Amino acid sequence: MSIALSPWLVLACPLVGMLTIALLGKKLSPSVAGTIGTLAIALAFVFAVITLIKLQALPSNARVETTSLWDLVNVDGVKIQLGLYVDPLSTFMILVVTGVSTLIHLYSAGYMQTDEGYVRYFAYLNFFVFSMLLLVLAGNLVLLIIGWAFVGAASYMLVSYWYRRDTATAAGIKAFVINVIGDIGLVLGTLFLFKTMGVLDYGHLFAGAHTAFQKDAPELVIAMLLILVGAFAKSAQIPFQTWLPDAMEGPTPVSSLIHAATMVTAGVYLIGRLHVLFEWAPTAAAVGAIVGALTLLIAGSIGLVMTDLKRVIAYSTMSQIGYMIMGVSAAAYVGGFFHMMTHAFFKALLFMAAGSIISAMGGNQSLNNMSGFRKALPFTFACFLAGGFALSAFPLFSGFFSKDTLLFEVGARGGWYWALYAAGYIGAAFTVFYTWRMIFRAFWGEPCEQAQVVIDTGHAYHPAEHTNPHTGNEDDPSTQEVEDSEVGFPGKEHKYAEKTWQMRFAMIPLAILAVVAGVIELPFGITNVLSDFLKPTFADTIVTYMPDNSGLEAFGLILSSVIAIVSLACAYWIWVRKPGTSAAIQARLPWLHKLFINKWYFDDFYSIFVVRPVVWIGQWASDSFERVIIDGAFIGGTSGLVKAGSAAVRAIQTGLIRSYAALVIGGLSVVLLYFLVRGL
Amino acid sequence: MTFLFFFIFAIIALAGAAGVVVLRNPFYCVLSLVVHLIALALLFLLLEAQFVAVAQIVVYAGAVMVLYVFVVAYVGGGDKPDQLWSAGTRQKALAVCFAVAIFVELAIALLGTALSALGTDGAKLSATYGTPAEIGKLLLTNYLLAFELASMLLLVAAIGAVALAGRRGGIAEDEGNLSPRHGLVHTPSPAATGSMAEGVSGYGVTTPLPDPQFEGRELQQPARVTAEDDR
Amino acid sequence: MTVNWYLIVSAMIFTLGAAGVLIRRNPLVILLCLELMLNAGNLALIGFSRMWGNGAGEIFAIVVMVIAACEVAIGLGIIVALYRRRLPVDVDQLKELHG
Repeated sequence: MSIALSPWLVLACPLVGMLTIALLGKKLSPSVAGTIGTLAIALAFVFAVITLIKLQALPSNARVETTSLWDLVNVDGVKIQLGLYVDPLSTFMILVVTGVSTLIHLYSAGYMQTDEGYVRYFAYLNFFVFSMLLLVLAGNLVLLIIGWAFVGAASYMLVSYWYRRDTATAAGIKAFVINVIGDIGLVLGTLFLFKTMGVLDYGHLFAGAHTAFQKDAPELVIAMLLILVGAFAKSAQIPFQTWLPDAMEGPTPVSSLIHAATMVTAGVYLIGRLHVLFEWAPTAAAVGAIVGALTLLIAGSIGLVMTDLKRVIAYSTMSQIGYMIMGVSAAAYVGGFFHMMTHAFFKALLFMAAGSIISAMGGNQSLNNMSGFRKALPFTFACFLAGGFALSAFPLFSGFFSKDTLLFEVGARGGWYWALYAAGYIGAAFTVFYTWRMIFRAFWGEPCEQAQVVIDTGHAYHPAEHTNPHTGNEDDPSTQEVEDSEVGFPGKEHKYAEKTWQMRFAMIPLAILAVVAGVIELPFGITNVLSDFLKPTFADTIVTYMPDNSGLEAFGLILSSVIAIVSLACAYWIWVRKPGTSAAIQARLPWLHKLFINKWYFDDFYSIFVVRPVVWIGQWASDSFERVIIDGAFIGGTSGLVKAGSAAVRAIQTGLIRSYAALVIGGLSVVLLYFLVRGL
Repeated sequence: MTFLFFFIFAIIALAGAAGVVVLRNPFYCVLSLVVHLIALALLFLLLEAQFVAVAQIVVYAGAVMVLYVFVVAYVGGGDKPDQLWSAGTRQKALAVCFAVAIFVELAIALLGTALSALGTDGAKLSATYGTPAEIGKLLLTNYLLAFELASMLLLVAAIGAVALAGRRGGIAEDEGNLSPRHGLVHTPSPAATGSMAEGVSGYGVTTPLPDPQFEGRELQQPARVTAEDDR
Repeated sequence: MTVNWYLIVSAMIFTLGAAGVLIRRNPLVILLCLELMLNAGNLALIGFSRMWGNGAGEIFAIVVMVIAACEVAIGLGIIVALYRRRLPVDVDQLKELHG
């Protein structure tokens, strides 16, 4: 198999899987659909590995392969191909995407087993992975935008998967609208580039950027800022972050897929992919880095106070993506993508473990109701610990090395990047706190009612009636909207990892990877698998690739270890030794808690300044404009015209043969007259 | 000499045509047409079209007209003789206007044309012009397709005529047992037969819905225009 | 005689036929008037044929006669059918197909 073929097969597998599942639909038994979906992605992973092997066989100075099926546009010197761009970066991405997605599919096959829409679910899931792969493999910006929009559409379908839940459809719409704002930015940015350079494929863009623009030229900066808008919207960075926590309305494996392997990493990939242009527009890159730093702090701070288990992890994702955006914008490419990979592992794992807990809780997601799951769900607990250690960058776990590589690269640039460096370490402390807050609250302490049910009976707790946890008071199911068991929760039976082999088998490899994945890029050049692998992609960087400053590196590692261990000890103190401490802090600093719990008032700000005016205009348009002008004038006018016209025609249709003949002859005389007059 | 013959035949032909239009008794109309056709055949002769002239007399004035006479005899003039000019409706006035307009326009077109050949007696003719041999040759060479199509048309028409008028044909089966819905005669159809008038007037397109406005009343038939009103 | 004269006569016959179609109510007579119109056409065709000295016009005339015969066969068939179903032989009363 040639390197020109294997990436196409990577793309084809999920597409074929999606089409098969979607077209056969109800004819498929659920287990078959799940198997097809999982196998399709697994096969894509195999082809991704083949692509990797073939790519490594190429000489390192020419490790790029473009392959095209046909021209989409070939007009007046503009050539846009349906082509792929295979280089170490995109290969790295497809490996992570297909690898993690395979495990998430496997997990879903267990978790969603009794859901009514199981078949539809797998069609969506495969479509999602296909879109993401298309985005990653695209050989030009047009194809990238197509994949980008597909990902947005797929996220909409999956977030509002339980479409009978109003809150879920609202969340889906929110995610879609914000993504479309990003799409607009991306398209406009692309047009800006096209206007000056006249090309859209990566090869020409990268080769021609330095001649087409002055360094930091305003047009280039504007173009890159617009593209950043796209990246921010997809990656949930400030100020486009509000959709991500709401996207928790989707099934838990979907959250896992969106957060770990696909969607939100698209922005990181985009910046890394266009690094040549971003480096040539340092202003735009600086904006990206600063926004990333802000996001990691703000999201981390919100994560500290959220009580919905999935939302805490969602804010943690936002914060970690903030690191990556900051990293790749500050030219910390190895660190950025290294962290993206380890984050994919441990975040997928954390979501899977959270799904298992939520199952055992009977759909209740509030940390306030959880406690003592340590004994009830030992396997889940172990996985959550592995993911938690990795997320909080505990020494020797994968997240420790990736986050440090990232911050080291940022810090090594000196100057104002020190501020980002510091923000990264402050965020690291936040990370440790919110991670261990989740763990201590969910797993330590006396078993809660639901955990006791699991311990006593070996079956998941079933509430008397299912409620939508996103309505009413999240701690108290009796205040929530009641819904039937086919909606809003994965099926009638609640599957948790201890009882479902698919879920266990998906979590074990991720747990192992979350612990050990750091070995591919150890500090001080002990191992540099990833930096060597990505080097051909970033060979043209004008910033030092993998700086050599072991003093700084050592300082970072020690600082990071101290932060992780001290913060963990503090967290243990706050939530286990003296459980009242957090409430006391909250009472001391009510304004801070209020700020965090209201998500820094971003949602309220948008609600007042964007959503309400738009809703008001829409209301006016539908009440006045549509009723009077569209319905009254256009529709009423058109139908009135047709009615009057047909009444006139009907009057001619008398049924009298002779009047018809008169019409024919009259018509003939008029035609003759016309020719006579014309002949004059 | 030709001049004289032309006028005689043309006047006879026109008189025959006028007779067809104005005579009340259909039988006389047919006879008038026969006269017209014969005069026309003579005009053809003046134009050196001997074969067509003979065919006109044999086929038209002979065979076709005999068919007409048979049908007139069978159907009769009708109980009510055709009331020519009786009802001077707008439509009839209009009809005359149109006819006159067409004639005027045709005349202007003919006389005003720049086709100089129209003012001549015609081209010099070959010896075979208009002879049966010449016609036969043309029919079987240049105009074979038209010839074959015409034969096919005749065959179809013959079959059609038999099907229409045959006593055992489909249409004759329910003779004298006309359903009001399907009869050709104008009778008010029951509601909900789906005629255009119903569709437009909004009555009983399907089964009539109980409309509070019509409660307690019979659903009214759409007002239909009768034949008498139209005249 | 110039061809013009024949054409004028043809136009007159055609007009008479057209007027007849418009003013008569007996379908039989309408058919006769149609014959008049067809024959007017024939006369014009033969006139043109003579003018050019070309036999094609005569062939046209013969084809027109064939069509006239067909029309007569069908038309008279319809009239006979009407009569046998005891329907009025009057085109003004046969107006079931109005809008």
